[in-house]
Amino acid sequence: MSTVTTTYREAIREAIREALRRDPRVFLMGEDVGAYGGCFAVSKGLLDEFGPERIRDTPLSESAFVGAGIGAALGGMRPIVEIMTVNFSLLALDQILNNAATLLHMSGGQFNVPLVIRMTTGGGRQLAAQHSHSLEGWYAHIPGLRVLAPATLEDARGMLWSALEDPDPVLIFEHALLYNQAGTLPADAGAVDIRRARVRRPGRDVSLITYGGSLPKTLEAAGRLAAEGIDAEVIDLRSLRPLDDATILASVAATRRAVIVDEGWRSGSLAAEISARIMENAFYELDAPVARVCSAEVPMPYARHLEQAALPQADTVIRVARGLVRGDG
Amino acid sequence: MNDVAHDEHRRQLLREMLRIRRFEEKSAELYTQEKIRGFMHLYVGEEAVAVGTLQALDADDAVVSTYREHGHALVRGIPARAVMAEMYGRQEGCSRGRGGSMHIFDAATRFCGGNAIVGGGLPLAVGLALADKLQGRARVSACLFGDGAVAEGEFHESLNLAALWKLPVLFLCENNFYAMGTALARAQSQPDLHLKAASYALGAEVVDGMDVLAVEAATRRAAQAVRGGGGPYFLELRTYRFSAHSMFDAQLYRDKAEVEDWRRRDPIVLFERQLRAAGVLDDATLARMEAEIAAEIAAAVAFAEAGSWEPVEDLTRFVYSEGPAP
Repeated sequence: MSTVTTTYREAIREAIREALRRDPRVFLMGEDVGAYGGCFAVSKGLLDEFGPERIRDTPLSESAFVGAGIGAALGGMRPIVEIMTVNFSLLALDQILNNAATLLHMSGGQFNVPLVIRMTTGGGRQLAAQHSHSLEGWYAHIPGLRVLAPATLEDARGMLWSALEDPDPVLIFEHALLYNQAGTLPADAGAVDIRRARVRRPGRDVSLITYGGSLPKTLEAAGRLAAEGIDAEVIDLRSLRPLDDATILASVAATRRAVIVDEGWRSGSLAAEISARIMENAFYELDAPVARVCSAEVPMPYARHLEQAALPQADTVIRVARGLVRGDG
Repeated sequence: MNDVAHDEHRRQLLREMLRIRRFEEKSAELYTQEKIRGFMHLYVGEEAVAVGTLQALDADDAVVSTYREHGHALVRGIPARAVMAEMYGRQEGCSRGRGGSMHIFDAATRFCGGNAIVGGGLPLAVGLALADKLQGRARVSACLFGDGAVAEGEFHESLNLAALWKLPVLFLCENNFYAMGTALARAQSQPDLHLKAASYALGAEVVDGMDVLAVEAATRRAAQAVRGGGGPYFLELRTYRFSAHSMFDAQLYRDKAEVEDWRRRDPIVLFERQLRAAGVLDDATLARMEAEIAAEIAAAVAFAEAGSWEPVEDLTRFVYSEGPAP
């Protein structure tokens, strides 16, 4: 099988390109997606290829262009709306929650919203407190949405088409630190399943449950733990709503220990939800309390040493996992 | 239109306004009987706006509305019984009883909902219009909203976007001079709302919203311009709600004298007088109209009374779609 060398950024671009070619109802809309080529250069070159009708630059009006995406979806289109960062998406939260997530149920099943919203999330680039947060856990709180977090090249390439085939709104969170991730994909890579979590590294001693930008750190932690004789299993959630309980619980039942690595703030976090589900469904399987590695509960600081101190790190994951397995954390 | 058709059309306009008025009066009565619950916002006094504007739309145009939308829904052609059953919370209601008074939806007439977030419907109308433009359809997306929405950011973002992209949106601002209890002059630096709209480089004008013929004429002109590819259009329809904001409103914020002044401009009374003077309406015709409307509303109430509750087992249906995307 032939393969291509690519990056996370290029894989998303290729997914957008494929969607635009396959379905005339698809168009991309957002701030600087056209002439600028995308704030993170994801859509670079697409304007030349598809023209301004389908690669549509918007004014800085998050609420209006997200709402327009919802309206266009109601009108039979398949919009891909790009929001620069999750912090900016709060300007469109009314549209996402009160309309996109709500219209189908509130209308008694009459008006579904086949819309895809992509946005960057996460810290680590010294962009300070208004560009660096991980708020996908908030969106995962909302019934009516599907929330995805591609962490691999395969998912960056394959989740978009599956999301576009979904009859309901799908949010895709792209961690800003992943865009330069490089590797190979099969030349014929395409749509992937978006319902299930994946075991990225099998192991017997402890389940490290994570997603998105924390996956590389967690895999690094698992590699280093192996050197100390601790065999960690790494679960990539991929879908944050709905959560794939079966994969999580099967892993925990086998390893009897769980650490959740989540770049969101700890209080009221996605990690808290997963922890509760493990407690509800696998309490008697556990050999140790469920542990969490989350971001410090501060607005993300600019200075590198402070930002790194605020974010989940492989060292922390190792210390916490070691503590669960050996009881000496 | 010949004279006979014109006369019949004018009687029909009066009939539709009366239909809304009587429907709202019955709704208020049912609310006090606790048959209808939640928030309910009546349209009494504003009938000429719904009746006049919606004449200008075609069957496949879209309507985006607000939480004060019973009148819009009735004129748009949603059966009165489906609206009444919705307010009763019955599964026979147009939104299966999930929405109630503020969230009337009907896919068949492209009535895309009463939206209860002030300003929240404007971006939807922009998007519906964008879909039409991209698919080469000459349809109009009509968006009804109140003066309160003009203070929201979504108003400004949406008008700008629609004008920038020359989208077929008909912005219909029902200016009843109060955002709940906040008088327009206490909320707007520029209370002439059409002037504010005009700054976005779209057609904008002010219309006497108590005069159904003026509303209809202005909306037909505007809709024709929009449908012809001229970009969006904005109408400020000056009107007044005679009833309270909602059923919980003691109306401490406005003078009784002001309400009485506006009542003297009751769009139904004025138009009835006009039709009588023109020899187009007599007592017998009016009595027949009232009787037909009373029968329709009685049937709607009976339908709602006889309705059923959606089974609790269906609570989580339609959080997500049940089939693949169409």
